[in-house]
Amino acid sequence: MNNFTYSQATGIDNAVNEITGHEKSMFIAGGTNLIDLMKENVLHPDHLIDINGLHLTSIEFLDDGRLFLGALVTNADTAWHPEVEKKYPLLAEAILAGASPQLRNMATNGGNLMQRTRCYYFYDTSTPCNKRTPGSGCSAINGYNRIHAILGTSQHCIAVHPSDMCVALRAINAVVQVKGKAGERLIPIEHFHRLPAYTPQIDNNLAHDELITGIILPREHFNTHYKYLKVRDRASYAFALVSVAVVLRLKEGVIDEIRIALGGVAHKPWRDEGVENWLKDKPATDENFAEAADMILQEAKTFGANDFKPALAKRAIVRACREALNREI
Amino acid sequence: MNNETSYIGQPVNRVDGYAKVTGDAKYAADYNAGGLCYGVVVSAGIARGRIVRIDASAALQLEGVFQVFTHENVSGLAWFNMSYKDMDAPPGKHFRYLQTDMVTYSQQPVALVVAETFELARYAATLVNITYAADAHTTSLTGNLDKARPPKGKKTGFKKPANRGHFEKAFKAAQVTTDVTYYQGAEHHNPMEMHATTVLYYKNGSITVYDKTQGVLNTQSYVKSVFGLSGKKVKVLSPFVGGAFGSALRPQYQLFMAVLAALELKRSVKVMLTRQQMFSFGFRPITQQSLSLGALEDGSLQAISHKAISGTSQFEDYVENIVNWSGMLYHCKNVQQDYKLVSLDTYTPLDMRAPGAVTGVFGLECAMDELAYKLHMDPLELRRINYSVEDGSMKKPYSSKALMDCYEQAAARFGWSKRNPRPGSMKNGHLLTGWGMATGMWDAMTVPARAKATFTADGKLTVGSATADIGTGTYTIMTQIAAETLGLPIDHVTFQLGDASLPFAYLEGGSATAASVGTAVQQACLQIRERLLSLAKDIPDSPFRELSIEQITFADGKMYMSETPANFIHLKDILTLTATDAVNVTSTPLPNIFKQMKYAKNTHSAVFVEVQVDEELGSVKVSRVVSAVAAGRILNPKTARSQIVGGIVWGISGALYEESVMDHQFGRFINHNYAEYHIPVNLDINDIEVIFVEENDDVVNPLGVKGVGEIGQVGVAAAVANAIYHATGKRIRDLPITLDKLL
Amino acid sequence: MDQVAAPVLVDQATHTITLTINKIPYELKIQPWVTLLDAIREYVQLTGTKKGCDQGQCGACTVLVNGKRINSCLTLAVMKDGADITTIEGVAEDGILHPLQQAFIDHDAFQCGYCTPGQICSAIGLLNEGKARTKEDIQELMSGNLCRCGAYTNIVAAVQQVKDKL
Repeated sequence: MNNFTYSQATGIDNAVNEITGHEKSMFIAGGTNLIDLMKENVLHPDHLIDINGLHLTSIEFLDDGRLFLGALVTNADTAWHPEVEKKYPLLAEAILAGASPQLRNMATNGGNLMQRTRCYYFYDTSTPCNKRTPGSGCSAINGYNRIHAILGTSQHCIAVHPSDMCVALRAINAVVQVKGKAGERLIPIEHFHRLPAYTPQIDNNLAHDELITGIILPREHFNTHYKYLKVRDRASYAFALVSVAVVLRLKEGVIDEIRIALGGVAHKPWRDEGVENWLKDKPATDENFAEAADMILQEAKTFGANDFKPALAKRAIVRACREALNREI
Repeated sequence: MNNETSYIGQPVNRVDGYAKVTGDAKYAADYNAGGLCYGVVVSAGIARGRIVRIDASAALQLEGVFQVFTHENVSGLAWFNMSYKDMDAPPGKHFRYLQTDMVTYSQQPVALVVAETFELARYAATLVNITYAADAHTTSLTGNLDKARPPKGKKTGFKKPANRGHFEKAFKAAQVTTDVTYYQGAEHHNPMEMHATTVLYYKNGSITVYDKTQGVLNTQSYVKSVFGLSGKKVKVLSPFVGGAFGSALRPQYQLFMAVLAALELKRSVKVMLTRQQMFSFGFRPITQQSLSLGALEDGSLQAISHKAISGTSQFEDYVENIVNWSGMLYHCKNVQQDYKLVSLDTYTPLDMRAPGAVTGVFGLECAMDELAYKLHMDPLELRRINYSVEDGSMKKPYSSKALMDCYEQAAARFGWSKRNPRPGSMKNGHLLTGWGMATGMWDAMTVPARAKATFTADGKLTVGSATADIGTGTYTIMTQIAAETLGLPIDHVTFQLGDASLPFAYLEGGSATAASVGTAVQQACLQIRERLLSLAKDIPDSPFRELSIEQITFADGKMYMSETPANFIHLKDILTLTATDAVNVTSTPLPNIFKQMKYAKNTHSAVFVEVQVDEELGSVKVSRVVSAVAAGRILNPKTARSQIVGGIVWGISGALYEESVMDHQFGRFINHNYAEYHIPVNLDINDIEVIFVEENDDVVNPLGVKGVGEIGQVGVAAAVANAIYHATGKRIRDLPITLDKLL
Repeated sequence: MDQVAAPVLVDQATHTITLTINKIPYELKIQPWVTLLDAIREYVQLTGTKKGCDQGQCGACTVLVNGKRINSCLTLAVMKDGADITTIEGVAEDGILHPLQQAFIDHDAFQCGYCTPGQICSAIGLLNEGKARTKEDIQELMSGNLCRCGAYTNIVAAVQQVKDKL
């Protein structure tokens, strides 16, 4: 970890002003990922702006009935918030599937969106990695890629986004509220994270001078048929090999609406709205879910150690859809 | 006479429990001193090649950085290979840190940065710029099986594989055969405490070394010989060790680094490795093994062949007993064994909990299960049919072997008789339940150990031996043995260990400590008894004058006449009345070699496992384990149970979770952290039941103790794999059995 | 070799902070790159809190900050200026063990003892949270604390015993 200076932001505008024009400054909130990466010599900010003093710690309904999650609310407080538990239980389930109780007490909602990949090579500075050092090459493509992506990969990077929370946010169609030098803007979650393409070093569409202020959940609740299924190498405290967030609504025995978001398979939470539309008005059967899974995974490309992922993802999709359907309330 | 001082066999709480739950227990990195500075190690980024240039100038420019030690500035150390040999060293050319520009394995330590603070050393370490000339490396075992060769030289405890009878002929004649190959990847010990050493430097040039070690004397002799110091100048202490499982059997490089820096800079130095660096030294070797079993239709084994090939380093031949168990566990006249090594560009493997047995018995016990299915026979029945009352490899009877009781008690407790042998027969929705079993076996070893004991006029007893407690309960059981032997309340007894100035004890490992140090402690206390009786005879009008030690009972802090217990004297009064300050003894027990030579001495276990396999997603949960253990006398059922449970957790871990994955592109273990090198978490571990089967043994040692540190793990992985077969019908022959293998 | 930022002068970066640890305020002159864990262990010299990975992957460094359990290795000391911190050394009161400490001894919920301070602080946090109802809840909510000795079943028994008495 290199030496750096540290200051505490006194307000949102102050934070934005502090970071504007300082490419090597970074915001720090929970710190659970940033400090780790600094210790590993992967990230080298020369100045940290602590935003923990900002008043972004509330969870409250907006006038139009949408729920605002402050960027600095911890993952634990979000998952255990009565309104989240009641109206967005998928989100609570996803958050509680991630990390550990201690980390969830530290990690914030904004920070969760900003998590970096857990790719072994991104972390190991003795190996090439285009995400860490653009142009150095991708060690995972011909290496140990058990945890790596199968969808939306590029020849430059096959890393996955490690978050559980973001997969649920994707299924819920959350919106990320950010504030920067140019003012406030809303970024739909689907446009927040990026695919690696030619610039794997850029994880998301947040500008350097922008600060995440909150996450807005739409009014629609989906608290009857939902499931966050996380498949991993041990029962807890492990990143997803594949995860599936499903919400669905039935009408007269057929699917009225379904959303299927996948984690552990791509550089961003993955959804295929075309396939979801295909399921509309179809009976909610294993067969239809399986066919939908095949369509979602049609373009899947594997790299050796992750050859099992399409089959696992298909089974996980079917299982999550079935469990969402059969959930007893 | 109440005899409330009977402790052996009682579930006494750990005597060091208070220290461990309050944070008082101090581990190697918990020491501090004025002017303490910190060392951070720089690890090589290539697996093989040469360091062309090390540029430490940027690091040295930082204020507060004292030195960057590299092969370019380290000199004057021991010349002969012998000086680098330690008590657990395999044969070969032992590695010398910072004394060569050659890189022989990935993560080889190539520099030590020492600075005023840990943070500064950590930062400066990132500024050390190294240019390598890389050579091609070889790190794949399976890609180099054709290079397998017999091991060179000897290592303590290593038994050469031995053939008997005529395997080929018997195998051909067998009615039912199985012929299978198993693969196990590397595993790193990964104790919770990362290896650390704090060296306190004194003005007179002497040092006190707080080291993470399973043998303070091993640490001391290594430091003496490598740095050319006299024993008087090197004090070594290690009162608490945060787990080791074999990782601290050899002096690891943080010791070398901390001592080097302290001597060169004449300052106190602390060096702690990083979790990533915990993957930079010894590990359980990568092994491929093949087993061929031949039996008659009645299940009787006619032929066993067990061949194993393991990886070792380019400079030492690490060996362990992998195939030998197949010549011991079952009655079979025709046995063929073979054990070979392949040199790879890695560090040398290292003994890791139940070394060899964890690997070899996994193969044997899975193969036995496969054979049982071919025979249409219950797997437990197959073991019973081939039960061996003698060690067939040495043709010696066992000093004791209550394995049949283990089978019976564990099977009954588990409910094995209700098992439907058909794979997949227990299905509930997407959950497949499976039941599997296996046998475990380990050695009941005795190693050299001495102990000293001091009984003082305040009625307190202090006993000590230079052994270790790595979580095994050494402090507690030695205190129990001493208290009971001398008949003292347990809180009047203090046991000391982890101090090189104490009497000799061999490395703490191999499940030998309870038996070996325990015997020394018992004998020291017996010597104190003799001395106390002799002193008591000097007391005027002593009623003990005519009595021999056999006529005396020691209990409740008193010495009684056994025949007439109304006649007694408080032990401390003996000292007071004879104006004696203290009674000091040192014991050097000599095992009855002639008696012991006639027997094979082993521990055994029978382990039964229930798994639940998610048929759809492949994930496995070990829902229930029953293990019955025959390990002689159990000194403390509470701590012994913990040892066995811990071993079972390790067995589950090896079966389902653990593997250090080698990336052959870089010749580097790549999942080098706790997030990606999976060990079980709390939620992974469910019901575990331990049964200690009664086993009396007067051959192994006077206490009848065999040790329980390893036996808990042996066989567990096989039982898990066999249960998974029973659940799914799938034989997975490479560990760990991750969910992708079951899709 | 990756690009590394130009060195920042130590004096320029130093902050004066107050950490209240086990009810005792400690004023520290400290650089921002010191983690809370290292501040507790090396600067305040309370070494009961352990470093098991320094990466938030083992839980050995768990302490309570304002009553909540966190991994002290993944936060900076300067970020906790003014915070109320409890480490294992502050769990017992007036020499009387916390019920969890006694339960850990009675159930033999440790072997080497290295993860124990973190396990106990974590279990206190778990009880404060009040979310664990079943044995399986305890297992899940104690899964952020690795124990290489494999004392998990005894840890759960100890936590359950204390929870049931609340």
